[in-house]
Amino acid sequence: MFKYIFAILCVIGFGWMMWHLVQGFYIPDTMNEIADSYVSGSVNELKIPNTVTAVVVSYRGLDTLGEVTVLFLATAGVGFFLKRHRQTNAKRREGSEILKTGASFLAPMIMLFGIYVFTHGHLTPGGGFQGGVLIASATLLIILACPDCALPKHLIRILEGISGLGYVLIGILGLLILGKHSFLDPRIMDMGEWQKLFSGGAIPIIYSLIGLKVGSELSSVLGYLKGGGEES
Amino acid sequence: MFETITLIALGLICIVAAVYALITKKTLNAVIASGVISLLASIIFLIVAAPDVAMTEASIGAGLTTVVFLYAIKHTKGGEDE
Repeated sequence: MFKYIFAILCVIGFGWMMWHLVQGFYIPDTMNEIADSYVSGSVNELKIPNTVTAVVVSYRGLDTLGEVTVLFLATAGVGFFLKRHRQTNAKRREGSEILKTGASFLAPMIMLFGIYVFTHGHLTPGGGFQGGVLIASATLLIILACPDCALPKHLIRILEGISGLGYVLIGILGLLILGKHSFLDPRIMDMGEWQKLFSGGAIPIIYSLIGLKVGSELSSVLGYLKGGGEES
Repeated sequence: MFETITLIALGLICIVAAVYALITKKTLNAVIASGVISLLASIIFLIVAAPDVAMTEASIGAGLTTVVFLYAIKHTKGGEDE
């Protein structure tokens, strides 16, 4: 009884705090100084129309490095705890006909769409993380439709390792080529023209590496969850 | 005006789904209600002009998290309580 009252009091207190935050919200007419510098920098210096990509990859690149590290640690933790169990193939149910036909048609298209999202991260909304999750959902469709198919574990591990290493190496390359204060600066490559695919310096490469890394990590997490990890 | 009404209506459906997820006795229903909340949150993000966040929330919240929960239910044999 008392724990319900206490829970309701906590919820009411939280709502009261949120109410004060909502009261003080207003939409300003002009951008403040930091927003102005980010927007003008992404249009004039980096020459990409997607400001969110410019902030995530270039101006706040160190935070993205932290995110990539956290994802890697989470995947390693899941792989460590879900060890391989002896498979009892007796109760494995085959997917239905509709699922198999639909998955064989849809999974390549979803994967292609995921690759499109992370290669065009500097032109359209989206980016590396969204494209990687789309690739993982295509893998999930394949896992559901074909329970006997084994994921290529070694290829996924190699891909993930190379992508993470490549991301850090490009960051350090920025430090070496452009001098200090340039970790993950995308100006190490030619800037290109406005709204072409090969524009924005090294941003397409960085986002492609992040997309491959996230896609392979989440696919291996799904493979671990399916059967406690199998070997190819 | 119409936008405000849509946002408030979606928020109310989110609250109803959250209360349902707390009250229901079956774990499977609660997991699907959480997926519905994530999906409606991604629609709200799209209405307030944040397409990157909407894409991330839709794919991760309404897709991957629900699937991970369903696998957890399968491995722990239901997990029913109270």
